[in-house]
Amino acid sequence: MSEKKIVEEELNFQRDFKSALTMVPGKFAKSMRTCVIWQFIRFLAINIKMIIVVGKSH
Amino acid sequence: MARLVVLGGGVAGHTTATFAAKWLGSEHEVVVVTPNAKWNWIPSNIWVGVGQMKKEEVTFDLAPVYAKAGITYYQAKAVSLNPEGSESSDKPFVTIEYTSADKAGQSETIEYDYIVNATGPKLNFDATPGLGDGNGQMGNNTVSVCTADHAVHASHKLAEAIEKMKGGTRQKFLIGTGHGMCTCQGAAFEYLFNIEHELKKAGVRDMADMKWISNESFLGDFGMGGLHMKVGGYVVSSKLFAESLFVERGVDWLIGAHTAKVENGKVEYELLDGSKGEEEFDFAMLIPPFAGVGLKAYDKTGEDITNTVFNPAGFMKVDGNYTPKPYAEWKASDWPRTYQNPIYSNMFAAGIAFAPPHIISKPMSSPNGTPINPTPPRTGMPSGIIGKAVAHSVCDLITKGDNAHLHEASMAEMGAACVASAGKGVFDGTAAAMTVYPVVPDFEKYPGTGRDTDYTFGEIGLAGHWIKHILHFLFIYKAKLNPGWTLIPE
Repeated sequence: MSEKKIVEEELNFQRDFKSALTMVPGKFAKSMRTCVIWQFIRFLAINIKMIIVVGKSH
Repeated sequence: MARLVVLGGGVAGHTTATFAAKWLGSEHEVVVVTPNAKWNWIPSNIWVGVGQMKKEEVTFDLAPVYAKAGITYYQAKAVSLNPEGSESSDKPFVTIEYTSADKAGQSETIEYDYIVNATGPKLNFDATPGLGDGNGQMGNNTVSVCTADHAVHASHKLAEAIEKMKGGTRQKFLIGTGHGMCTCQGAAFEYLFNIEHELKKAGVRDMADMKWISNESFLGDFGMGGLHMKVGGYVVSSKLFAESLFVERGVDWLIGAHTAKVENGKVEYELLDGSKGEEEFDFAMLIPPFAGVGLKAYDKTGEDITNTVFNPAGFMKVDGNYTPKPYAEWKASDWPRTYQNPIYSNMFAAGIAFAPPHIISKPMSSPNGTPINPTPPRTGMPSGIIGKAVAHSVCDLITKGDNAHLHEASMAEMGAACVASAGKGVFDGTAAAMTVYPVVPDFEKYPGTGRDTDYTFGEIGLAGHWIKHILHFLFIYKAKLNPGWTLIPE
């Protein structure tokens, strides 16, 4: 008898039909959201983009 | 000496008044009329609403700041405009009614050479039965985070709900919009995920059922008709972005919904397909629709010209194209550029107070004829940029004469940054950081998505959360006119 394969990010798809029609982040994507080194790089990148947008808006 | 009167002391009014005072110096007078004694950094009300900040951290007294800037300050609300003056004088004036404790209810008139209407919105709770108390204030059935006091009240109610869950009682949370014509979905969206974060922290998330109710026709519309961004080599709709977040956090949603009635623990709603239903709740935060503050206008003879100066919702008409036309014919060029009133050239509007030419999202209504669509967001960054442009125009008109070039700030040519955090801790919070450029899509310039996808993006992570913290301190620092304040962009 085969064991159940539980994939955490797929559990929400069981809730209802509309929940199954989108994408959810996996472990890697979630870990990158709180990885301080990666987020510091993204912090710089987002700031640069925002400064450009602010500059284009004035 | 010329006198500029600014009605309102929110993001748009404060920006207009402070820049005008700086640029005009002591040769001319800048007057601010606002019913509030305190300035409020409204985006951080979300953190007040979940008990993570105190009211004092998001507000400060206006009087000392205006004294420092040389601005004459009236704690009062504007009641009416007489842009042609009266039968005895050609000088235009505004009638105000004091709201300060020492003069409450007293009226006065202030003559002006230029006036900027930056009164912001009236929180129109009474548009939905049961959402308001019948006297224009929030009712007892729901909470709000629109003002700092509302947010404090919401935090107490949330704490009570958490205590009930700790005691073993399940709680249903309903967050979203309280009417079919609401704007500010972003604030409700941020509050929803802050509550979700706090419930996890309190160890009671499994005792909570959470639901989003919104007038958006799809998740991620945000009153801007949604947006598209580049992710992983794809151009992705904000619908996918938002749905992903809701599913990940286990939050259900009900969209295309006009909240028709609110009772204790229950809302009645109508959907875009015409069907009607009910939703029960233990805790609900429903954003009210916005309206103009109800300013009246009179001509020289005293005849009411309110309908000439303002649109039916009470927002001031400016240089936009207000000709009614179908959605397919809407253009970026419909949106105002200078915010000057077309009849009275010494009158401007900034921020929420100006009348948009039409909504941004695709107009929708139910088969019963009930309009259910978000109205355009004009808060935050657009309000500040418009306020500064208007200040620039008025200062040039005063110092260079009536033919001075007016400064422009069309929402179809400006971007906006939006950071919706979840949590407040430096390392345990995350945020959805979004930038959209331009706010109003321009399908002639960007035929694909209507926007520049190089500068329209969104992502979730700590980085956005840090930006939210920085914005909080930076904008309060700026609003207090601390050294170097003019270097901080709007």
